[in-house]
Formats: sequence, C-alpha cells, structure tokens
Amino acid sequence: MASWIAASRCMTDSRSPWVKLRRNPAAIVSMLILIVVALAAIFGPSLLPAGAGEVTRNSFLPPSEQHLFGTDLNGRDLLYRVLLGARISMLVGIAGALVSFAVGIIYGMVSGYAGGQADSVMMRLVDVLYAIPRLIFLLVLISALDPLLRRSMETHGLQVLIGYSKIIILILCLGLTEWLTMARIVRGQILSLKSQQFVLAARSIGQSHFNIIFQHLFPNLLGVALIYLTLTVPAVILDESFLSFLGVGVQAPLASWGLLLSDAAQVINPLKGYWWLLVFPAIAMSLTLLALNFLGDGLRDALDPRERR
Amino acid sequence: MLRFVAKRVLGLIVILFCVITITFFLVRLTPGGPFDRERKLPEHIEKQLLAKYKLDGPLLEQYINYLGDLLHGDLRLSTKYRSRSVNEILADSLPVSGLLGGIAFFAATVGGVLLGSLAAAKQHTWIDRNAMLAALFAISLPPFVVGPLLVLVFAIYIPLFPVGGWGNLQSLILPSITLAAPYTAYIARLTRASMLEVLTQDYIRTARAKGLSENAVIYKHALRVAILPVVSFLGPLAANLLTGSIVVESIFSIPGAGGFFVNSVLNRDGFLLAGVVIVYCTLLVLFNLVVDVLYGFLDRRITLYD
Repeated sequence: MASWIAASRCMTDSRSPWVKLRRNPAAIVSMLILIVVALAAIFGPSLLPAGAGEVTRNSFLPPSEQHLFGTDLNGRDLLYRVLLGARISMLVGIAGALVSFAVGIIYGMVSGYAGGQADSVMMRLVDVLYAIPRLIFLLVLISALDPLLRRSMETHGLQVLIGYSKIIILILCLGLTEWLTMARIVRGQILSLKSQQFVLAARSIGQSHFNIIFQHLFPNLLGVALIYLTLTVPAVILDESFLSFLGVGVQAPLASWGLLLSDAAQVINPLKGYWWLLVFPAIAMSLTLLALNFLGDGLRDALDPRERR
Repeated sequence: MLRFVAKRVLGLIVILFCVITITFFLVRLTPGGPFDRERKLPEHIEKQLLAKYKLDGPLLEQYINYLGDLLHGDLRLSTKYRSRSVNEILADSLPVSGLLGGIAFFAATVGGVLLGSLAAAKQHTWIDRNAMLAALFAISLPPFVVGPLLVLVFAIYIPLFPVGGWGNLQSLILPSITLAAPYTAYIARLTRASMLEVLTQDYIRTARAKGLSENAVIYKHALRVAILPVVSFLGPLAANLLTGSIVVESIFSIPGAGGFFVNSVLNRDGFLLAGVVIVYCTLLVLFNLVVDVLYGFLDRRITLYD
C-alpha cells in the first residue's frame, strides 16, 4: 500500500517537472544569474566607452570609477576583458556541449539499438578512449588541426575568420572528446526503451530502423540527455579555461576567463598584490559555473522521481 | 583469486600495448617534428639528430625497435631535455608528484567519506545543506582559481605559508588543499547519495531495532556497504593524483611530473609522453585491480571468480 502511494505520487510529480523546478530556490537564482551573465556578455562590451579594450599606458591601475575592475598589464580595462571573456567562454561552452551532445547521442543510440557484437565493440572503444588521458587527445588534435584550418582559411579568402580559428578548433576538439559519458547514458536508455511495446508496435507496422530510432526512441531519451547537456556546458567551459590557462587555448587580443586567470597567476607575487586581476575573473567564472551546476542538479532532481524521498 | 589476479595482469599487458601503440602513432603521424624550429636545421645535422634519437628509418621498423627497447626497461632519450633519458626524468619527478598526490588522496578520501556520511546522517538539517553547498562550490571552482586565491590570502596578505617551492613541510599544505578540494567534494556527494540509499534497507532497520547507537549503525553497518561506489572511484583518482597535476605544480612551482603530460605533446617529445602515459596506465589498471579485490573484502556478496 505504502509503496503504491509512493509510486502514484512519483507519477503525479513527474508530470510537472517545471513546477518542481520552480519550487527549488537555488535553481531559480541560478537561472537569473545565467540570464544576467548572458545579457552582460552580449551587450556589455558595446555599452562600455569606446577604446576600453585598447592597449594603453595605464597598466595595473587599481579599480576606480573610470575602470570599475581596474586595468591589466597592457593597460586594457579589465571589465571589458571579463565581459569579452564571458562571451567567448559561454560560446565555446554551449557550442562545444552541443557538438558532444550530437556525437554522444548518435553513437549511443546506434550502439544500444544495434546490440550484440556491434554494441560490445563500440562500447569497448569507449572504454579504451576513457583510459587514455583526454588532455593528450586534446593537445594533439589542437596542435594538428589549428595550422590546417588556418591554411585552408587563407587559401579560401576567409582572412576575416583567421583570428577566430582557434575558437572553432576549441569547440570542435572539446566537443569531440567530451561525448563519452553522454554515449553511455544514451545507450543505457536505449537498452531499456527498445524492449518496450511501442518499439515492437512500430516494428510490426513495418517502420524502418532509422524511423524507429529518430521518431520513436529519440523523443523518449531527450529529457535525460538534455539534463546531461546542462551539466556538460560547465564541464566544457572548465576544459576551455584549463586549455587557455596552459596557453594552448584562446589567445590575446581575444580573452577567455581561463586566459585572464592565467595572466593573473603569472603577475601575482608577494611584492605586487594585483588582486583585482585574479578576483574579478574568478568571481565571474565561478558564479557562472556554480549557476550551471545548480541548474543541472535542480533539473535532474525535478525529472528523476527516485531522487525525491 | 589468483586466477583472477593473473587474468587482470594479462589484461594490463594488452591495454598497455594498445595505449603505447596509439600514443606512438598519434605523435608520429601528426604534422611537425621534435626538431622543427623557426629556422630549418641543415639537412645533415637533422639527419644526425634523428639517428641519435632513433627516429630514422621506416615508421613500422621504428615502432618495433621501440617496443624492443621498452621490454628492456629503456624508455629512451627525451628529445627536448637533451641528453637526459626518460627514465632519469621520471625518477626525479615522479616521487615529488607522488608525495603531494598521496597526501591529497588521503585527505580527499578521509575528508570526503566523513563529510558525506555526516551529511547523510543529518539529512534535512543545516549541516547537510551547508555541507552539500560547500561541496558544489568546491566542484565548480577549478584549481587555477582556488590555488592563486589561496596564495593571495594565506601567503601574501596573511603570510602563513610560502608562496611556492618545494622542500619543507609548510610548502606542502596549500598545494595539497588545492589538489584535494574538488575530489573531497565529489567523494562527499558520492558517499551521501549512497549512504541515503543504504539507510533505507532492512538490515539497517534490524540494527536499529537491536538498539545499537546511531553512530554504530552509520559508521559500522551502513558505511561498509555505502562506501562501495566511493571505492570504485578511488582507482582512477589515485592514478590521477599520483602522476601529478600541471596546474597545481605550475602555480606553486613544484618540480613534479604533471607538466610533462602537456609539454611533451607540445614539444613533440614522443618518448617522454609515452613514458608518462605508460606510468599513468599501469597505475590506473593496478589501482583498479586493487579496488576490485577490496570490493570482495568489503562486500562478501560480490564474487570475483566467474
């Protein structure tokens, strides 16, 4: 009896994940923070006085009315740099997560739906890829593809885009190395879904495998995959900032949070306490990552009835 | 039991072989060589260099020769740190990373399990909520934010610890905290979730009905099973921590092995990279083996021999 009541409550609960999410204050605050960060990233740089991103002779000015966040080594306004960093970090995070989402979902669906030998070979490949440190793949991919893309842009008359080639490479490489967990999750979902009656029904009326996968199975696993997508975005942002910190990611005059933090870590020492260089990028990045993680956790709790006790 | 261990050690050799092969060809087939500079080297010098570092001849032949050298325990010369062998470089740097990683590993495991079980035991109280909030903070903050902030506060404004360096006990503390923080948080979350699951089971109700104290129920009966997911996370964690972290090592200027992962790829220093990867993979597989054996001891319901 008790378990039946619990089960029925789960069912009514799972019908309104949006209501549950709205009752979670942390998730709502996170959403507001993300909206503010996104708006600031899109419109912020153009609202600042012209020339804020130019190199000047006023290096290392502490925060003041003129420069709210102070200035950096090259005399650029740090607020402008942080906003520019938000733009690029968010762009790489979202686009990279979408690439990994596409690859992971297709790989997982094919593997789970095919089953048998094909499935076990595909999953062993995932295991092997897990065993090799991802950083090595990333570095090799980036150092191999970056000159290639640059050269092909030059020959095709796309000089305008050359400055952004690193960003495109980062999005591709991070997306192509971040899909393993997504593939596993999707495969697990497919395995449990494909034995259900609606799949049998679809097959019995002669639907093609392609249709079954994309029209019948795909909508059913989208929820779980989307939750994991919200958790992939902060992971990709973190990876990008890590690469920029190492000096293989985004390069000046562009900016990303990792690059700003790396610049700060280099100039901070006991003699010169340029704290603003560290504190402001750190706050911007931490707030965004925290908000994304809180939102992802909140979504998972709202959509997963087992989490509620 | 012996058969199980033997099977896994055999598996280790297969995995090592695959990983060495992938790394070897990955580095050699990407454009750019170890001796590429802004100005091209004269041809005969480049030829001599390639011969000295055994990088000449057909690729397949190089690969087979390399495997032969590995079987003799020779990891070859580094092409970047000239005249030093990979064996020497690793022998110098791995103990440093190992000590730091060992401390962080111990701190993260003990701290995380204690925090997580405490949070689960006090579910729906402020202790639980704050502990989990702190854990999410620690997971979201990358080490290159935590590290410099710790330096700024505890080394520059309040000079308790040195800014960086290696050699005395005090210089170990800030890097260990930076390294351990995210893993402590992750383990705490893992422990809490699994503990909550275990606490609903019948044998816990029995233990409570027998009149055991709450501490005995949680730390003696429940923890033994609740710790299983944590234990399986410890294998990869140990391999990760013991081979060093480039971020923490560069922030605190520690002469560890973490930087080689990155620099050897950028310098096209294939043999050094392969050396680091071999160490990492061996540790990974060995620790996973230890974890599987531990599993059997912790939970008698699991058998290893199938």
